[in-house]
Amino acid sequence: MTTLDTSLPRFSRRIFAVWNRNFLVWRKLAIPSVLGNLADPMIYLFGLGYGLGKLLPDVGGVSYIVFLAAGTVCASTMNAASFEALYSAFSRMHVQKTWEAILNAPIDLDDVVGGELLWCATKATLSGVAILVVVAALGLVPSPLALWALPAIFLIALTFSAMGLIVTALAPSYDFFMYYFTLLITPMTLLCGVFFPVDQLPATAQAIGQALPLTHAVALVRPLLLGQLPVAPLLNVAVLLLVALVSYWIALVLTRKRLLS
Amino acid sequence: MPSPLIVDQLRKSYGGREVVAGLSFALQRGECYGLLGPNGAGKTTTLRCCLGLTAPESGTITLLDEPVPARAREARIKVGVVPQFDNLDPDFSCAENILVYGRYFEMPSAAIRARIPALMEFAGLAGKENTNIKNLSGGMKRRLTLARALVNDPDLLVLDEPTTGLDPQARHLIWERLKRLIGEGKTILLTTHFMDEAERLCHRLAIMDDGRIVTEGTPRDLIGRHIEKEVVEVYGEGAPAWAAAEAGNFSRRCEVSGETAFCYVDDALPLLAHLAERPALRTLHRPANLEDVFLKLTGRELRD
Repeated sequence: MTTLDTSLPRFSRRIFAVWNRNFLVWRKLAIPSVLGNLADPMIYLFGLGYGLGKLLPDVGGVSYIVFLAAGTVCASTMNAASFEALYSAFSRMHVQKTWEAILNAPIDLDDVVGGELLWCATKATLSGVAILVVVAALGLVPSPLALWALPAIFLIALTFSAMGLIVTALAPSYDFFMYYFTLLITPMTLLCGVFFPVDQLPATAQAIGQALPLTHAVALVRPLLLGQLPVAPLLNVAVLLLVALVSYWIALVLTRKRLLS
Repeated sequence: MPSPLIVDQLRKSYGGREVVAGLSFALQRGECYGLLGPNGAGKTTTLRCCLGLTAPESGTITLLDEPVPARAREARIKVGVVPQFDNLDPDFSCAENILVYGRYFEMPSAAIRARIPALMEFAGLAGKENTNIKNLSGGMKRRLTLARALVNDPDLLVLDEPTTGLDPQARHLIWERLKRLIGEGKTILLTTHFMDEAERLCHRLAIMDDGRIVTEGTPRDLIGRHIEKEVVEVYGEGAPAWAAAEAGNFSRRCEVSGETAFCYVDDALPLLAHLAERPALRTLHRPANLEDVFLKLTGRELRD
């Protein structure tokens, strides 16, 4: 029997029991985990921002490190969400069989995957916010408008967590994740305005970039960090939300097929 | 009292192969019921269907008065499961494993914490509350998994090959604990391919093969119904030739496997007297057991 259960995701408060399990594990290693998540993006931000920034005129009307800060917040949120939804969720699902144990309790797979989505998004939000805090502490964020970046970061975290869960549902082993990073995450980082304004790119690349969710993440967060209103916030939010919902639904259908057949 | 689990005409296929082929059985409250079968007989798939973890093609399942899979989640509130492979949380201590698991049953943390000492005691792990899972032996992990399955004080305990991979000491300890649970009135459904385990624990059992129940009854009843009283095993180089030439004179049924002949008899004395004159053949005389029934009904060839 190969019929797919394509019913829409069901949500219940039981997702918090799953979320809580992951939170308790994370809490044991919280400080190294946060520092680890901060170190890499910070090295890039300061290295490129101050090093390369010295050689550059203003980018997009601001100093390069200010320009780069918003890109780093978005890219780092994306990376943290992807790592958690791929490597960590896969460990829980496939290697440790944690999901299997949970499914023997009165918790449905929809609750498990929902809890994982919320957890991955939580952890990624923490990553993005941690960078935002450091950047603000350095005085690189001029306006309280930046507070609006917080819900934006959570939305970005949800979007990339949901996308990652699709890959996890399909993965035979950890090696599989390399394709996702090489073919999607890395190109996105270069095509979506993280390191430089997208108008530097050829028209085709710009068109591709427009279709990628990270573009909309950057379009939302960068103006907010510069104290400006985004140009098309509704469009950006709609795209991110749509990608999040559709991805989550696909991930759930694939996971149901993988674990419940 | 209603049966804790009723399975009726259950069918389930994978890739065109029928793994469970019209299975029916029902548990009585307070009994230990065993599903026995060689690897691939459909035992684990049957359990997965009963717990609502996979949908059958046809047939009905009623678990603790709830229809499965429709209301499987609700039924699982009063079920405890010990899976075939350990899936304890390696990031948690023993006590944390039980605590986190209890939360999946929406139990208040205080209520779970209050149960932990008794559960750890039951598992023979008292004093190891804060020990990491990585530092437990296989037997300890199994016992902790059993304790974890009891956190919600289930009416029905489902165990999938509970002692596979354990040494004899660890197996006996698990059996002792399961007997204690049966004594307390818990209903148990277990799968196993260890006949001694089934004989010791199960009030009733079903032998499965190819997704069907081949026979069902109490261990004693099955031995009485399907097999002669006694077995004489004859070993040695000459055993197959002896069996072909002479075993028929003493035993209605004699099976040869490698260099051993298994002679099934109701009265072993004439055969033993005959064998006493043939010292080249070594013999083992024993009462027939469940394993003999199992091998008679499911055959001697390997399954995996």
